[in-house]
Amino acid sequence: MTDWPILSLVTFLPTLGAAFILLFIRGDAADVAQRSRATALWVSLSTFLVSLLLWVDFDTTTASFQYVQKIAWIPSLGISYHMGVDGISMLFVILSTFLTPICVLASWQSVQTRVKEYMVAFLVLETLMVGMFCALDFVLFYVFFEAVLIPMFLIIGIWGGANRVYAAFKFFLYTLAGSVLMLIALLTIYFEADSSDIPTLLHHSFDPDLQRWLWLAFFASFAVKVPMWPVHTWLPDAHVEAPTAGSVILAGVLLKMGAYGFLRFSVPMLPFATEFFTPLIYTLSIIAVIYTSLVALAQEDMKKLIAYSSVAHMGFVTIGIFTLTQQGLQGALFQMLSHGIIASALFLCVGVVYDRLHSREIARYGGLVHRMPVYAAMFMVFMLGSVGLPGTSGFVGEFLILVGVFQVNSWVAMLATTGIILGAAYMLYLYRRVIFGKLTKDDLKNMLDLSPREIAVMAPLIVVTLWMGIYPAPFLAVMDASVANLISEHKTAMEAIKAVSLAAR
Amino acid sequence: MSQLPQFTPILPELIIVCLAMILLIYGVFRGDGATRNISWIAVLGLLVAAICVSAIPAGKILAFDGQFVVDDFGRYMKWLVLLGSAVAIIMSLGYNERESISRIEFPVLILFATLGMLMMISANGLISLYVGLELQSLSLYVIAAFQRDSVRSSEAGLKYFVLGALSSGMLLYGSSLVYGFSGTTSFTVLADLFKQPATDPSVGFVVGLVFVMAGLAFKISAVPFHMWTPDVYEGAPTPVTAFFAVAPKIAAIALFVRVLMGPFGELFAQWQQIVILMSVLSMLVGAFAAIWQTNIKRLMAYSSIGHVGYALIGLAAGSEPGIRGILVYMTIYLVMTIGAFCCILAMRRDGRMVENISDLAGLSRTHPMMALAFAVFMFSMAGIPPLAGFFGKLYIFLAAVDEELYTLAIIGVLTSVVGAFYYLRIVKLMYFDEPAEAFDKDSNREIGVLMTVAAMLTAFFIVFAGPVIDGAEAAAGILFSG
Repeated sequence: MTDWPILSLVTFLPTLGAAFILLFIRGDAADVAQRSRATALWVSLSTFLVSLLLWVDFDTTTASFQYVQKIAWIPSLGISYHMGVDGISMLFVILSTFLTPICVLASWQSVQTRVKEYMVAFLVLETLMVGMFCALDFVLFYVFFEAVLIPMFLIIGIWGGANRVYAAFKFFLYTLAGSVLMLIALLTIYFEADSSDIPTLLHHSFDPDLQRWLWLAFFASFAVKVPMWPVHTWLPDAHVEAPTAGSVILAGVLLKMGAYGFLRFSVPMLPFATEFFTPLIYTLSIIAVIYTSLVALAQEDMKKLIAYSSVAHMGFVTIGIFTLTQQGLQGALFQMLSHGIIASALFLCVGVVYDRLHSREIARYGGLVHRMPVYAAMFMVFMLGSVGLPGTSGFVGEFLILVGVFQVNSWVAMLATTGIILGAAYMLYLYRRVIFGKLTKDDLKNMLDLSPREIAVMAPLIVVTLWMGIYPAPFLAVMDASVANLISEHKTAMEAIKAVSLAAR
Repeated sequence: MSQLPQFTPILPELIIVCLAMILLIYGVFRGDGATRNISWIAVLGLLVAAICVSAIPAGKILAFDGQFVVDDFGRYMKWLVLLGSAVAIIMSLGYNERESISRIEFPVLILFATLGMLMMISANGLISLYVGLELQSLSLYVIAAFQRDSVRSSEAGLKYFVLGALSSGMLLYGSSLVYGFSGTTSFTVLADLFKQPATDPSVGFVVGLVFVMAGLAFKISAVPFHMWTPDVYEGAPTPVTAFFAVAPKIAAIALFVRVLMGPFGELFAQWQQIVILMSVLSMLVGAFAAIWQTNIKRLMAYSSIGHVGYALIGLAAGSEPGIRGILVYMTIYLVMTIGAFCCILAMRRDGRMVENISDLAGLSRTHPMMALAFAVFMFSMAGIPPLAGFFGKLYIFLAAVDEELYTLAIIGVLTSVVGAFYYLRIVKLMYFDEPAEAFDKDSNREIGVLMTVAAMLTAFFIVFAGPVIDGAEAAAGILFSG
């Protein structure tokens, strides 16, 4: 292991890049834009390369936190700058650093106004996302978790579509309303356990009655972020109005923050309440899976369709987390990564045609395969990944989740499986309407196929999708120890609570 | 045994009172042309006074037969007030010159008002409290109407005077009841009165307490005694509004805290409900009433009402973390408010002040740096991390949760979401909308420097949160050490 603070480096390198762009890049507009793009790309690429070191040196045999760094921050309250990753969070750090250069590259031409600010916003956003997954002190966690709202609000609001102001406000206020309740819960925990240190809190047992309240407060925040039905309504608006790269980050990383919160706080710290509320999670997730899939079927707007499919796929994730089985949890984590790649790629695919025609309406398209064969092929890979075809990453995640949930509750498993069928229906239907059919519309007849830049954006995503689908072992190996530890800790905690309640009788 | 009273504890006050009188005489001889010099000397004097505040020997010192107290809590608050006043004078320089109201009385009046505030913070008896408060208020009435050719300014001054006089009356009435039922005006004696567990206060005493609280609530503009705030903020010249929003507010909060935690500390159960009610109402009014405002100064008025509501949560907790929360909150509030008003002062078009929120449209295109600073202040006031405002709220809610005031804390966080809406509206105007006509290129360097410093402090508070909070911790501890 290296002894230099690699996590802090990964976290703050993008901010340094942003500061550089903000302070040193001046001159005439076109020049500034070009140099901002280039700087942002190089900074995010080097951040990605540095973050890969995390994986290289990662010790898969232990469940404890690695690359830990701890500095006193507010000593009078015992709050510290505490960073570290385990098998649950490490891959999300890499997912964030992987998607950022792709976003920069994807916005190369589609963003022409205020390029400098755009790149600064994305680099700051990267810092906040990575920091959120690394934070091991909940004040620090909360700072990163909440601060994400600022750059995202600006990204949607400045570079978004026609209805962007409404979407940006809805996104901001919805998530803020959830998060502030979590803040109260965190403060309660702070006084209950007398610590804000996450590793310490993981071993603290809370009073069962208190657990329920805390769990609900956490739920308010994470359910909005995931998003779970019925608080998902901000997502379609935000996705539709956000610029392509904004949608990529939203779908790719921001949605994972809610599920990560469940895994980091709700499940390990509040085992009793987790068992107590599992039926609630199952019910809401099943509704999300089936209902939003049906809604997706009826969409006329490509981005909205994919947004609803995200809600459905995240429903799988929450089911998987609350099965509390090795397969279910690993499946949930895998599905989060896979969805992070595939949903991002699908938004990029929409972005490609949107850049050409400036319409997201499905009916405006048709027969694209005749003019854009490469695009059709790439779109197909991601579409099938989203459906969950064996050989793509989507299959592994969904399969593991279903294996996990079958051990616990076969009704939930059965209903969740219908979601996969519906998923195939709406994705194939979308694909048929956009790609196949007769090429009748005049403006489609001279659309150009993917440019080399666009291929460069898509290619790494295809590689990862297929890699995760064909040989998922390296990913699963990272999670193994941490997930096993999570489950065994949960069992011990539940037995302790049962012993106490038996003794009380 | 006749000896001079100890003068060391009142050294800062002495400096200011002497300076104010000398500057007044100097100004009368030199005329309005000397205003700039006088202002800078006044600023210097305030900073010297701030240094003297820290030079007073440590610990709790009583002076003048126990009418005057210096302790760490007072020191901390005095620093904030002196800083706020000094900055307000600097902010007024350019504005007053352009509006041709650059008169020598302005810095002198601010000095007298500051003197009153220092007196309020150090008051340890009902008499010294009232003397300090009135010295402050009378100076403020004049300053509010300083732009005397403007109807709005005169109206603001008059309104402030009438309502301020009413509140002073209530305070006096309450004080007389307290004196009548306890036989003393000294805070030290009052505090000892209820130390014995069996002594319950008489009804008359509690009524007196309520009147005192009502009088003070006027000064901090807590709901339901907030009505004057929006009108006065809107009508008064902008640098005066900035001054009102910081120094007197901080002094009044300090006084409120000292009165309730000191002499009436044992009556916590009696006054806690009143504070909770005022806090909830202030947060609600501050959040909801601001949504429909179109004038930026009125909006800031409602915003300040909301901020007082949050600060009162700390008082409602009535604990050491609560007071620490108030101190941290007011420190951050000072910086954010100064910054925001610097931005408002820079809103000039064709040589005239513009005050509508819609004038900010597209500011990020025309004045990118100013827009960035303003956005930082707005996000900070909304309490979004990693900006300073979040930490203020964090410490307040920390105290509330510690005392198990969950309902209050939840109302607090939810109103902060509502509040976020109108702060975001300003960010939206600046960043999402098409640019309106650009503001005048500001030649005023002081404002630019202040804005930059305030924005830096707000944005990077996260880095040096430790020292500020440790200072507040020490200051809060003193109120509880007896």
